[in-house]
Amino acid sequence: MLIDLVDHAIDVAAVLQAAESDEAGAVNAFIGTVRNRSDGRRVVRLHYEAYPPMAVHQLRRVAELAQEKWPMLRQVAVVHRHGTLEIGDVAVVVAVSTPHRADSFAACQYIIDTLKEVVPIWKKEEYEDGTVWVAAHP
Amino acid sequence: MNLTVALFGIAREIVGQSSLTLTAPAGQSAAGLLADLRTQYPALAGLRSLAVAVNNEYAAADVALHERDEIALIPPVSGG
Repeated sequence: MLIDLVDHAIDVAAVLQAAESDEAGAVNAFIGTVRNRSDGRRVVRLHYEAYPPMAVHQLRRVAELAQEKWPMLRQVAVVHRHGTLEIGDVAVVVAVSTPHRADSFAACQYIIDTLKEVVPIWKKEEYEDGTVWVAAHP
Repeated sequence: MNLTVALFGIAREIVGQSSLTLTAPAGQSAAGLLADLRTQYPALAGLRSLAVAVNNEYAAADVALHERDEIALIPPVSGG
């Protein structure tokens, strides 16, 4: 299992490689990137803040939950970046491997969806005329 | 007892600092801490959610806090 929180560019190829397994016929990856628009506003860049020890602990917890739900998972790799990211930068990579493809799609989606609900990382969008913490208010 | 609370994201901006040290009654619960902080910093009550983390785990409302715990306020997360 590869779990990491980094403050520099994510080596996507290395994350994919960490998910490889001779017992797997499928490697499935999600790559989250910085988009240039949000709710119709032009986004200039994003600032990600993390609570590092808890973020790493919770990332590992999410990966372990996925292993319980999909016992056929061979490898799990999750790397999230924090700091200031520009448009197009990779913010997160999730990669999993399983013997057959259907499980790999499901497990990968579960991991990114759960990560977004529980891992203490916060995203602040910077626009040309201000900033907003994403999803902070109802 | 004295509790130190780490603050992140919008909670850090609302309070104006990255950690708070406050005096709490012995046996203070996570819910009690949240209630005190919302009274002191009303803008915290306007957030979509606010959780307490103790030693890297989300704490249930009735969890008792201790001086040596690593306590953090967790405003709505938005990673990914």
